[in-house]
Order: sequence, then C-alpha cells, then structure tokens
Amino acid sequence: MCLGVPGKVVSITRHEVGMQMGRVQFGGIQKEVCLSFVPEIQVGHYVIVHAGFAISQVDEEEAALTFEILRQMGDLAELTDTEATPGAVGDALR
Amino acid sequence: MRFVDEYRDGGAVRLAAAAIKAAQSRPWSLMEICGGQTHSILKFGLDQLLPEALTLVHGPGCPVCVTPLELIDQAVEIAARPEVIFTSFGDMLRVPGSRESLMQVKAEGGDVRIVYSPLDAVALAQANPTRQVVFFAVGFETTAPANAMSVWRAHELRLDNFSILCSHVLVPPAIDAILGAPDCRIQGFLAAGHVCTVEGTHDYEPLADKYHVPIVVTGFEPVDLMAGILACVKQLEKGEAVVENAYKRSANRDGNPPARALVRRVFETCDRAWRGIGVIPQSGLALRGEFAAFDAARRFDSSHIKTEEPKECIAGQILLGRKRPSQCSAFGQQCTPEHPLGAPMVSAEGACAACYGYRRTA
Repeated sequence: MCLGVPGKVVSITRHEVGMQMGRVQFGGIQKEVCLSFVPEIQVGHYVIVHAGFAISQVDEEEAALTFEILRQMGDLAELTDTEATPGAVGDALR
Repeated sequence: MRFVDEYRDGGAVRLAAAAIKAAQSRPWSLMEICGGQTHSILKFGLDQLLPEALTLVHGPGCPVCVTPLELIDQAVEIAARPEVIFTSFGDMLRVPGSRESLMQVKAEGGDVRIVYSPLDAVALAQANPTRQVVFFAVGFETTAPANAMSVWRAHELRLDNFSILCSHVLVPPAIDAILGAPDCRIQGFLAAGHVCTVEGTHDYEPLADKYHVPIVVTGFEPVDLMAGILACVKQLEKGEAVVENAYKRSANRDGNPPARALVRRVFETCDRAWRGIGVIPQSGLALRGEFAAFDAARRFDSSHIKTEEPKECIAGQILLGRKRPSQCSAFGQQCTPEHPLGAPMVSAEGACAACYGYRRTA
C-alpha cells in the first residue's frame, strides 16, 4: 500500500482552499496530484506520488549515482568474470 | 517510464546479485519490512537470484494485513448503514471480517466505493451533503500525510458529513517489538523507502544501536532491493550496525517537513493493536482531540460488535517472520486469494498472497 510512483510535473495550479495541485505525467497517463508537500516543486521536476499526493521530489543526482556505482561494479566484474556482465548490461548502464 | 524502467534492468540486477554473492561468507537472515517490497521480491524472482544462505523474511508492513479484525467488522457495520457512502482503498474491500467483507456489503446494496486518494472522499462529501461519507484511513507513515490532509481540508471546508475510520500504524515501534521478542532471528532490516521519505531515517538510529542490527533504507524496484540487500550484507560481514540509506533519490534523514508537520497537527501517537500480533505501545496514530468530530468510530456507535478470528489462520506467526506461509496447513488449501481466511492472503502485498501468486511453496 506504500506504493509510490514516479512521475513528471507538467503543470501547477493553485486550488481554491490553499492546496497546491498540479498535473503529473506517469508514462502515458496524467493525473491530478496534490503538491502541497513539495512546495518548491517546478514544472519538469519528477515527484514520487502516493495516494494522490507528491511525497518527495526525485533527486536526479542521487539517482544517477546509483547507476554510477553499479557501472563501476560492472567494470570490475568485466575484468574478472565476463559471464557476469552480458554486453547489454554495460550498454544499459552507460 | 523514467525512474522505473532503468531500475528493472536485468543486467544491473544480476551485477548486484554477483556482488552480494561475493560479499557473503556465512548465512544471514534479513527482514524486508514492507509488503510492497515482499511483492517486488517475489514478482521479479529476486529471492531466486540470492545465495541460498541468505534468507529473506517477510515482515508485517502490509496495512491490509495488520488492521485489526475489530476494525474490519466496524467498517462493515458502518458501510451497511443506508445514510453512509463508505470509501476505501481497493485492497481493503476483500479482507474477511468475522461475518462478511466490505465487498459483500457492496454486493448486498451498500454504497461502498473505491477511491484513489482520500481527497476524492472529501470531494464526495462536498457533492453529497445529505449523506455521511466515511473514509477507511489505514496505512503506514507513507499514507498519513494524505489522510491528515483529508481531515484538515474537511475541517477548513467545515464539512459535517465527512469522517475517517482510522487505524494508522508506525514502523519503528514494530521493528522494536520484532527485535525485542526473545526468539527473534532477524539479523538485518530493509527499512521501507517511502515510509522514510515521509518521516526520515533518524528514528531508526536508536534501534540499530539498541539491538546492534544494520537497517538499510531500501526502495521498491529490483535494482533498489538488490542494492539494499547488498548494503545490509556488507554491514553484517563487517560487524557494523548502522542506519544506511540506499534510496537517496527519495528519502533522507529529515523526511518531508511539511508532510510531517501536518501529520503532527492532525494526529497524535497512541497504543495500537496489530492484527495477529497484539497491542504494540505507541505504534499508532489517532486523531487529536480537536479533530474528534471527524472520527467515524465516535460518530457511529458499534460497541455491540462481536469479533471472531478463524482458528486455522496463523497470520500472527507469518507477520512476525516466525513461520513461512507454506508452513500453514491452510495455505493454498482452505485459504486462497479467492477465499482468504486471513488478511495476508488478501492483499497482493501480503506474504501469503505473494507466495501463492508467484508459486513459492517451499
């Protein structure tokens, strides 16, 4: 139930009772989402959405870092064991 | 979809699996707290990529599973009232009560509706001033800001026909209860990434110290889960026991300050019963006194309800990680997702339903 889905903010509107709302794009669909808990958010940012509420802004630098660490692991693995890293993997990570 | 597809890359998962294998020198048991993580692990077959000596124990982090039977019965009773529009997240509808489920109430003509967000329930209350709209507010820390906002908004709109039936639960007191049990065999935890996105990670630091267990904040996609497991195994091998964040793109130490502030404005902590486990002190959220008017348990008297758990179900043992679903004599026999005896067989995030759905019968 703690499912959170990442999506891209495509518009920000202000709701009549002080709630900040906006539209968020998830793959092919858009939904109206409450943005009150991410007050600094701007159009183009990615947010994690749970039950109609954005609960965080995706930190894109940290996201890139995860793959940088994996890529380095991949480079190490390539040196020691070519079987562990099929070609497509390296490509996907680079 | 960005931030989803790349975290499901098979090559990256295999790389992480190789790194876990290389890092592990002896058997370890880890618990993933969150039912969403249990579901991902079984759906993507991550358990089958891990070394045999690494055991993943499925934790109690499924709100559908831990909501007490008394509350399900109360929901059923309220939903059957003609003046009520009863709203809920979809997965609560099939949870069996002592006599029937919300789905059966709906089949018998009750006005039970599935909503995507608690704000949809508030909008229903605005649109139906002559009806009582009740929202079944279950969930962990992740869902608390949404439910707090629904109450806050109803308060601002001065709605007198909106209320919530609340059974909010909190993760750190549950970890404390699991680790404090005398027969606990869990050596490391994967903490729930979205719970920590809202509440931050600092509440886990005293637990890591007190029980000397590593606690790794972990996301939900296959690459996230493998990265969390790897970090946990590395700590165990080195004899470390600290809180580590393997889901930094969403969670941080302080959580989400505006969300936390609203949760504390609307709710206060309380002792809470967990289905199958019992009362865990200070493990729940209840509406503060000034918002008591929005409490469905006060608005609708249901003190006459008698509850009865099915005898065959060992949900409590499953939720504490003491038994695996396949060790239950009813698993896959009298108890299936179509005819569940207990809540872990209902939700896709329940350990029993996930094991049944992805054929983990060993």
